[in-house]
Amino acid sequence: MHEYSIVGSLIDRVQQEAVLHGSTRVHRLHVKIGELAGVELDLLKTAFDTFRERTICEGAELAIDSVAAVWACPSCDRAIARGAVLRCDTCGRPARMIHGDEIILERIEMEAPDV
Amino acid sequence: MCETCGCGDPEIVPVEVQERILSDNDAQAAHNRHHFGDLAVLAINLMGSPGAGKTAVLEATARAAGGRLRLRAVSGDLATDRDADRLNAAGIRSTTITTGSACHLDARLVHHALHHAPCSDCDVFFIENVGNLVCPAIYDLGQAANVVALSVTEGEDKPLKYPVMFQKADLVLLTKVDLIPHLDFDVDAVEDALSRVMPDAKLLKVSAKTGEGIDAWLEWLEVRRPARRLDAKSLDHHGHHDHSLEHGHEHSHEHN
Repeated sequence: MHEYSIVGSLIDRVQQEAVLHGSTRVHRLHVKIGELAGVELDLLKTAFDTFRERTICEGAELAIDSVAAVWACPSCDRAIARGAVLRCDTCGRPARMIHGDEIILERIEMEAPDV
Repeated sequence: MCETCGCGDPEIVPVEVQERILSDNDAQAAHNRHHFGDLAVLAINLMGSPGAGKTAVLEATARAAGGRLRLRAVSGDLATDRDADRLNAAGIRSTTITTGSACHLDARLVHHALHHAPCSDCDVFFIENVGNLVCPAIYDLGQAANVVALSVTEGEDKPLKYPVMFQKADLVLLTKVDLIPHLDFDVDAVEDALSRVMPDAKLLKVSAKTGEGIDAWLEWLEVRRPARRLDAKSLDHHGHHDHSLEHGHEHSHEHN
């Protein structure tokens, strides 16, 4: 259940940004989570719904962009099929993950302070 | 307030962050890695299911290493000191990181443990993670390599079921291989499964009971040992190093 500790880090980070921008209310967070990030999306949502109470994220929506894992040969860029051996048929080199292990806070939609 | 139409609604602005959510842990892990590097210590993050044989492998490692390698360890444990006690009895000076309900170690916990379990006089520092095939894989601890213990009683398909853990592994130790004659365990099948989740799959078959494969494991460790720095600039003659570089806070800990 490391999703709870990830949400803890996420809310801390959002709090820092809110202070930096003088905002007291956050509407939506955009996060990007890779298929091989080891993060269960439903658990992440549950953890967020639980932990956002009485924080800067209270009432905020968590928008998750999930990213499929993609592997390719680092030499010839040939894509490795899903479930296949992670080694290039042609070059024999171990595949490299192109994306799929992201755990990223992309963007925060927050209320701008009154000017 | 909205200045476009004067409706009175608050104006919502997007703030780009584009940062890893665990960036705090990453920074702490980088500090730990710097620390291990300064001390020329090989730090190994040993992971695996509960009961995979992590502690037994380390006990066998101590027996086989004799005086060849100076070993130390910290063991992540939810509630007891049992693993650290076993390792101490086997000759690996060891302490426990009690995690309570936490299912994994993070870089901060390891950093804290380093303050109480100095590693300057060892060659290899094992971080025996909490028994779990999911959560520990997410957290960088500052290790030089990830090693996953997978026992033959867990079944050949574990790598396919837990791809994140095995994808992060630099080496998989197939443990308890002395039991293979009593099981329907297919080593080729586990190697095939690994090759589909671990880009440069490496598997060593070991038995803590018979000692099979332990020499190959020791050799794997020895070739990864960082060279001792004779002119270690950041260490004074007591082995202290400068913590002002990355900590941002003052503290001291023993390096004896």
